[in-house]
Order: sequence, then C-alpha cells, then structure tokens
Amino acid sequence: MPKDFKLETREHIKQNVMLEVRDLTTKYITRYEENIYAVDHVSLKVKEGKSLGIAGESGCGKSTLALSMMGYYFAPLHYTSGDIIIDGRNISGMDPDDVRKSILGNEISYIPQAAMNALNPTRKIINFVEDVLQAHDFYLNKKELYERASVLFETLGLPKSVLEKYPVELSGGMKQRTVIAVSVILLPKVLIADEPSSALDVTSQKMVIKMLKQLLETGLISSLIFITHELPLLYNVTDEIMVMYAGQIVERASAKQAVFDPIHPYAKGLMGSIIVPESGLRDVKLTSIPGVPPNLKNPPSGCRFAERCRFVRPECRAISVPLREVEGGRAYRCILPEDELRNYYMREANQNAG
Amino acid sequence: MPDERKIILSASGITKVFGFGNTKTLAVDRVDLNLYEGEVVSIVGESGSGKTTLAKLLLGLISLTEGEIYFEGKKRDIRTQKKKREYWKNIQAIFQDPFSSYNTFHKVDSVLLDCIRMRGGGNLPKEKKVELMSEACGFVNLKFAELTNKYPFELSGGQMQRLMIARIFLLKPKILLADEPTSMIDACSRATILDMLMQLRDEIGMTVIFITHDIGLAYYVSDSVYIMERGRIVESGSPDEVILHPKEAYTQRLINDVPKIYEEWDLSTVTYPT
Repeated sequence: MPKDFKLETREHIKQNVMLEVRDLTTKYITRYEENIYAVDHVSLKVKEGKSLGIAGESGCGKSTLALSMMGYYFAPLHYTSGDIIIDGRNISGMDPDDVRKSILGNEISYIPQAAMNALNPTRKIINFVEDVLQAHDFYLNKKELYERASVLFETLGLPKSVLEKYPVELSGGMKQRTVIAVSVILLPKVLIADEPSSALDVTSQKMVIKMLKQLLETGLISSLIFITHELPLLYNVTDEIMVMYAGQIVERASAKQAVFDPIHPYAKGLMGSIIVPESGLRDVKLTSIPGVPPNLKNPPSGCRFAERCRFVRPECRAISVPLREVEGGRAYRCILPEDELRNYYMREANQNAG
Repeated sequence: MPDERKIILSASGITKVFGFGNTKTLAVDRVDLNLYEGEVVSIVGESGSGKTTLAKLLLGLISLTEGEIYFEGKKRDIRTQKKKREYWKNIQAIFQDPFSSYNTFHKVDSVLLDCIRMRGGGNLPKEKKVELMSEACGFVNLKFAELTNKYPFELSGGQMQRLMIARIFLLKPKILLADEPTSMIDACSRATILDMLMQLRDEIGMTVIFITHDIGLAYYVSDSVYIMERGRIVESGSPDEVILHPKEAYTQRLINDVPKIYEEWDLSTVTYPT
C-alpha cells in the first residue's frame, strides 16, 4: 500500500525534536522584591510536524511559559535555570538583544492574545510586512517584497488585496490571520500561539484554526505550541496536551487521553468543565473546581493542588510530588496510583448516573 | 402543556432602527418572544446579530422603534423614571464585562448597599444590612469581610462576576437577563458561574434569559433556544430540536463552526472570504 508507506516514511523523517525545554524555571520579581516562580521546573519536547497544547486556568502560568520558552526576558520576568533547545541549539542565557535579532521570528515565533492590535492603523499591511523583515535585516526592494508576501498570503488563503489595505479595512478575524501569516514569513521552526482565537467569533475562530493546521501541513512552520483554556479547541488542533497548574505541569498525555481519560484530579476537573453542543454532553455532569489557585509568592510546600483536591491525604501537604511517568508516554503529578484515581472517577460517574 | 404555564414577558413585533437616512441600520427586526415563568431561554447569534440590542430593548434601556412589550400580561409602561425603576425591580441584568459594571471610585460594598436600598431596606439598621450582604456573598462563595473596603480593581474578573450574582440574589427579580455572563472568564470558572446562576434560579424561581454566542452553553442550560441572524429570529425551539437537528442553513453553519469533541469537527468546509 503506497499510501501507508508514505506515511511511515514521513514519521521516520519527522523524529527531530524541534523544541526542547529542560527544567525551565523563570520568576517574576515584583517591586517589593518578592520572587514569584510562575514557571517551575517545566520540561517539554515538541517533535517536527507535531503540535503541543497547553491548558489550564487563568493565572496558571501558561502565557508566562510561552514567554519564557522564547528566551526573551524583560523585567519583571527573569530567567532562573533550565535549558531551551531549539533544533539542537541551546538559547538559554543568551543576550536579550541577540535573541530578538536572531531567534525571534527566525527560529521561534510568538502570537500573543491580542496580536492584531500590533497593526499600526496608519500603515498598510505591506508596510507592516516590510517592518518585520527589516527588523531581521532583510532589505528587499518593493517588487521582491510584494512577491514574497503575496505568495505567502495566497498559500494561506488570504487575498492578495489585503496587502494594500489599512488595518481598519479588515475584520477582526482577517486581521488576526494576517498577523499570523506575517509572523511565519521567516519560516520559524516553532510557532507559539497564545489564545489566538479567543477574541473572535466561532466562524473566524474556525478559519484561524484551519490556518494553523495548514501552516503545519505545508511545512511553513515545523512545530506548533497552542495555548488556550478552551479544551475542545486543543483537542481538535493538537497531538499532545499538557495541563498546567500553579506553574507546574500536572498532566501530559495525548489529546484524546487528556480529554477522555484524564488522571490528575485537576485535569479531571478541567475536562469536566467542557461544554459542547453535542448530545454526548447530556450524559456528563458539569463539574467545577472549588477554590482558587494558590498564591505563588509562597507556594504550598507539598502538592500545590492539595487545597482544592477531593482526594487529599495528609501526606499530600508534606512532600512535594514529582511528575510521574506512566505507560503510554504520559505523565501526571499525584501521589495516588492511576488505577486508584480512575476507580474514584468511575464511582463518581456511577453515583451521578444512579 | 404550554398553555398551563404563565407568560411573564412577551414581545410582539419589536423593531429597533439606529440612525436615519442612508445610515439607517435595522438592528432588531420584528422579533416576537414569549417567555414563560421559570424558564431558561437562550438567545444565540454571532457578533452583530442584534442580541445585545434586543437585551437592551427588553430591559428598557433604549426605546423601541416599533412593537410592544408586555410584562405579566400588561403593556409595559416605562415612560417616566419612576416607572422605569419600578420595572427594573422585576427585571435585572448581568453584563458581559464585569469591570465596567462597577464605579471605579466606589467601594464594592456600595453595589450591594444599593440593592438593599432598591428593595426598600434603606432604613434598616447597619447590622441587618451587613447580615443581608454577608448572606448574599456567602451564596456566591465570597467572604464579605474580605470584600468590604475594597475597590473594584482589587478584585479578579471571576470575583466581580460572582458579586454581580450576589446582587441578583439580594434583588430577587422575576426575570434575569444575562448578557454573555461567561465570555470574559475562563472555561473552568464558567462552570462555577453557571452552577450559581442555576442554583439561584431554583432558589427564587426566576426566569433567565441568556444572551450568548456560546452554543454549548445554550445547549447545556436552556429550556428553549432562539437563534438570531441580522436582527431576526430565524429558528426557535427546544435545544434538542434547534441545536442537534437544526433546520435553517444559518443555524447549521453556526453549529458546524463550534469545536466538537464527541464527533469529528470538519475543517474542510471552511472557506476563506475573498
């Protein structure tokens, strides 16, 4: 079967790790000289052609992790320890100016939540593209610039005419897609998209999602990191999902496992808050997690989720819990064995049904 | 048995036109609504479909261009400020952006004190007021002692939205209009807020109108769903009818665009505008 053969070869080639983060710790230093460890010993790997999703509540350190992974630190965010390796090159500890010049855009690209606000209302989109290129020392003449931009735009389903327009002439969804297209003009290896669609309506959101998938398929980017709290979106976009809580990773699993078979109680609670307009939803009881995430100024010494956990034991508060690797390439951070947690969930589900 | 239920609010042919001449915009176009007592209704539509305008019309914040609104069988009369206040004792709202619902210069407890005054408790002794306020805060899992003497910017979005619900708890209106109550907060707090609203509904038996673009939410909470497109209601019925088996092309497209987890989410149908 030639089709299968082709797939296999692709898998074989795509074993390169595009981005590896090892034990990365970064902190915010407030004006009262307090240290807030918003990213605490996070390790992750993204392979070529793959996408990784990061989920979690507001204030769990998702966006800080995204900023930290770029290696571009500015106050109040500071680098503490750990390695960031992009395609075999360690960029941790590099000078921020060098990072901005040679890493951002070239190697790793970042789309913040309100990316479309980056467009200058007094300049045409083509000038915006020019600015981005010039910031990375690419000086093209008008014709070359126009050619390069229009090829990129047309591949991504954006009309060429957008280049000659001002931002006010574009809709929100169009602006967002334009910014995403421009962010990959230097063919970065990793694209980090931080809530790229949360300000858009469902139709534009779907276009953005399709575009992100298209970027991966066409090879304009080599790997994608997608951050959002909307789990149905993560499920549809990414291959692997990481759940963050209070600056730490609490669960890592394939997208399907993370949504339908979460192990960690926090991940379970998060998945229980999914609302989708499908008949399957009626059988599920919507759960919410009581309480709020801990203050990271002085995080609890034991498990950080202990205060909100239904299955809390005295020992949870005493020892810090390591991320435990289990079968099937997944990991979770809890002292209880996975079967015991699953049994608890099963019993709860039965109670709700009966 | 639809006949046995009492209609609490009904609208017949309400229309709102903004602007005049060439800039005329038809924001709400001949909408008919019948809300039964104790029902949860969702009005779903995209941005710009006129949902919020409809909400404002029902609340009496803007005037109708055409049509009539009947409250408890009688024609609604809000021609004077006094009558408007009387009407707002029966219908209350929670808005999308909790930050804009507070006065930056007033402490947050003034919001709750206003509610007590509105219910005619202005002359109550201070202890009684504090007791009422603590009860309301307790309902939404907030500690009143922590809130006093705080200014709005010191609270998080979720806390503010919960305080808005505490407000409703004090006011006990007959109808609650929730205009995108969860779109500014993240998915897990959303479940908490929804739970609280539903609990509140059971407690004081009010009618709830959800204005939302979140179809999943509409499906989850409501007894009946109205779909709005360009100021018109294109489809209505029970959530199972409208959301699982939509008839109109517009509704079908809208539901198609929402990410799915149980079924496959078809991305191939996406067409980029040119």
